[in-house]
Amino acid sequence: MEEVDVEPAITNIPAASAGTHLGFAWGPGDILVYETLYKASGAIGSGCPCIHEVRKDEDIYSPILRKLFNESHHIFVGLQTIGEDLPSKNKKPQFVSISKNYRSVIRACMEELQQVVSILLAIELIWNLCEVLFIDAAPAGSLLLHLLDWVRLHKADVDEKAREVLQSESPAEHHDYWNVVVSYVLQGRLEEARQMLVKQATLQPAARSMYKLMDTLLSKMPFYNPGGTQTLTEFDVKWRHWHEEVDRCLQDNSFASNKHLEVICKILVGDEDTLLEHKDLLSTWYHFLVTRLLFCHPTVKPTELHYYAQSCLTMFLDSRSVPEPLDSILLAAFEFDIHQVIKDCSIALNNWWFVAHLTDLLDHCKLLQSHNLHFGSNLREFLLLEYASGLFTHHSLWQLAVDYFDHCPEFGRVYLELQIERVPLDTERKALKVLRICEQRQMSEQVRSICKIMAMRALRNNRLGSALSWSIRAKDAAFATLISEKFLQDYCARGTFSDLDLIDNLGPAMLLSDRLTFLGKYREFHKLYGEKRSGEAAKLLLSLMTAKIAPRSFWMTLLTDALPLLEQKEVIFSADQTHELMFCLEELTSLNTTDEDTELTKVELLRLALARNLARAIVKEGTVEA
Amino acid sequence: CANGFADEYVSQKISKTRWRPVSHSSLQQPDIFATGSWDNEDNKISFWSIGNNGTTGMDDGFEGDPQLLCEHKHDGDVLDLQFLDQDRIVTASSTGAVTIFRHHQNSQTISVSQSWARAHRYPCDNAPCTGVVCSSPEIVTVGEDGRIIVFRADQEGVVRVIENADSSTIHAVTYLRTSEILTVNSIGQLKLFDFRQQSNSPSQILSLSGDRVPLHCVDRHPNQQHIVATGGQDGMLCVWDVRQGNTPFSLMEAHSAEMWEVHFHPSNPDHLFTCSEDGSLLHWETSSPSDMPSFLQGGRNNSMISRSAMAPAGGNQSLINAWLSGDSSKGRLETTHMLPSQTLSVNSLDVLGQCLVCGTDGEAIFVNRQVPV
Repeated sequence: MEEVDVEPAITNIPAASAGTHLGFAWGPGDILVYETLYKASGAIGSGCPCIHEVRKDEDIYSPILRKLFNESHHIFVGLQTIGEDLPSKNKKPQFVSISKNYRSVIRACMEELQQVVSILLAIELIWNLCEVLFIDAAPAGSLLLHLLDWVRLHKADVDEKAREVLQSESPAEHHDYWNVVVSYVLQGRLEEARQMLVKQATLQPAARSMYKLMDTLLSKMPFYNPGGTQTLTEFDVKWRHWHEEVDRCLQDNSFASNKHLEVICKILVGDEDTLLEHKDLLSTWYHFLVTRLLFCHPTVKPTELHYYAQSCLTMFLDSRSVPEPLDSILLAAFEFDIHQVIKDCSIALNNWWFVAHLTDLLDHCKLLQSHNLHFGSNLREFLLLEYASGLFTHHSLWQLAVDYFDHCPEFGRVYLELQIERVPLDTERKALKVLRICEQRQMSEQVRSICKIMAMRALRNNRLGSALSWSIRAKDAAFATLISEKFLQDYCARGTFSDLDLIDNLGPAMLLSDRLTFLGKYREFHKLYGEKRSGEAAKLLLSLMTAKIAPRSFWMTLLTDALPLLEQKEVIFSADQTHELMFCLEELTSLNTTDEDTELTKVELLRLALARNLARAIVKEGTVEA
Repeated sequence: CANGFADEYVSQKISKTRWRPVSHSSLQQPDIFATGSWDNEDNKISFWSIGNNGTTGMDDGFEGDPQLLCEHKHDGDVLDLQFLDQDRIVTASSTGAVTIFRHHQNSQTISVSQSWARAHRYPCDNAPCTGVVCSSPEIVTVGEDGRIIVFRADQEGVVRVIENADSSTIHAVTYLRTSEILTVNSIGQLKLFDFRQQSNSPSQILSLSGDRVPLHCVDRHPNQQHIVATGGQDGMLCVWDVRQGNTPFSLMEAHSAEMWEVHFHPSNPDHLFTCSEDGSLLHWETSSPSDMPSFLQGGRNNSMISRSAMAPAGGNQSLINAWLSGDSSKGRLETTHMLPSQTLSVNSLDVLGQCLVCGTDGEAIFVNRQVPV
């Protein structure tokens, strides 16, 4: 086993007293912990009759995050079904759009929550960077523009401050005025900086030429246009030209009399010390990174990023502060080490949602090397399985997990088979939904098992119709037989049938089991008898025995049922039929060795009735009609 | 949103949605609907508004997006929900309870008005109450225990119980006439019960010949009391004439999984809506040269398959072809998929005027305010 990356977190169990010996058992998403009898010192203690449930992932119980899970599930399923026939090049815009969909879902969640949840902010930040670097994979030139957008998106307080300044009486004299201007410049929003500066310029007519000069410099800064005809080299030349011009202004102290403008000029030339003096405005090392690149090396190539990233991080953080997990994740991203990003996120975040979905998207972009993990599946599948397993422990979100398992080709099915049987089935409606999931995936074992559970429950509550309905669904002949037995026992005990609405309307379901068929036919016999269609009734009764549909144990009852037919004035059973009945009776008595009086009397009665009927039948059949 | 639907993710799986009735005299479109959730540790009933008549002061600007007005805890899954009147709803719970909730419009709160706990039950267990229908003040409920119970709002006890009305689960109930109800059960039977009779037996039993497919939903034609539509486990839509014996008038392949609800449009009954476990919501529309809509003209019509046809459920293909094919004099039937593709079940729908609302297992509510009827 590999060594552990981080120290495992320790969770104290408050209810368990110190020094007790704890036992535990793993659950699907939690651990059950209990106090054993043993004490640390070896003596046997009294133990506590409590079981504690330790659950790591509380996030899935938050209502806002449920929206995240549901909406992202929709996006996930859509992603899996993107046409396989398109070459990867054409799919890139689709992948970028899906990435943006995921991000908008995250942002929507953030808007819902009253207080800012820093974890969601961090997630969106990381995802956005991954989209820029890995999915969009912008080349040099566009890369910086995308990074600028990225930084601007995550530094919204500039606009708030600007609004405040502009709404004040005299914006140019507001205490935050220069902060806003400098912030705009740091973010490369030069147009807005110029507009702000105009306000200051009007207040200082004496320094007009200086402001004009600054305005010119700001307006002339070249920005790469990816859609344009200018090549990267041409842009680079133009930019260097501009850069020299700014440097010249600095050298001849054009802005020496105005320290603010001087600062801006130094920023434009990319002076690191000046940039670092404005740490509070930059607030993060990656802002510093992007700004530095903007003003020193706008044609930065993706492969060069990590040099700058590392040095910026070091420069920005003074010796006292320690890099946070977010910092190392972003650094790993700048180094294009996707696996490290995923690994660090998995450790830092509480819930598998982020890594599972991001990895899946990256896998679709064919960015993950398919190195197999120790457990036999690849990284994408591993993370999806973890995420989905977590969902399955939720009383409601388990339905989402099914789609995730469906798209894990190696182990998804096995996981689903194991988990789906453990969904608690309180109502028939829920059982039907679970069954539908199993049937759609041809999980016949699980179908049988669930139907059997529901049928047993119905049987226990004496709902024979429901029980039969479940047996039919599972095509469970054995259970159908069981139910029929119950009906028949009922009949023998009470002399009448219960639940006639069921038996009378069995339809083709009758054929599911022999016993069921017998039940249906037997009831039919009773109906015929009740309708005085004696001839048909007799024939049916006989066929039940001769065709071996009736169980042997029931023959006595059937023969007893035949008695009233034998006793009728009119001859119903023909001679042949009577012979057959007699044969059945003999078969029955030869096997049975009962010596109960009632049984013997019945047999005697039957023999007598049969003999009498035979006589009458022979006479009737032998008589020639006049 | 696509197809004219506004959607809202609500962090609970929706089992039922119902429009609050609007008075017939006013031409207003409905603006308030109620929902019930299921499969949560804490289930809820909620009232929502779509702001049609300026009932809420919405500044967000997203017209048509449902806004939550108020909600209340509900014990057990909400397996059915009906409006008793403008202010009260009745719910059927998986605990077997039947509850009346009152919506106080002024304070936007909900209170429990009346409750019959364990109305449906087994001797040692809970039996879910699966369906409720009301005609104020009378309420009729059915459950997995096969009982039919009649209540009156504002009366403590139970008015009448039909014990063992069914040996299987009764899934849904509807009124045919003021004193006659129709139930459907899990062995594919429709049973009529007449409350004027003393006897507890059904006055009529209808079922499909062939497989006993469980039936899940039923709805009566708004104008013709003997016409009902049913849907069941195999996703087939059947239309029956209860006066005419044992075979349905017409059968149509609708969905590839359980059909959960079927509704005739209350004022335009040429339109029918169905929703299903397969995630689709279908709008059936007939255009018939004669006055009678084509699905009342009998026969199985294999030409009337939906435009974006899904694979037929089960092995009924040969049966369908053996019947008459569509006759031009019998009019046309058009089916439209109303929702964008869903993977999870659409559990419930309700339609009133030009507005349709539905709820899914994907924890979303969809509202369409321009249903073409």
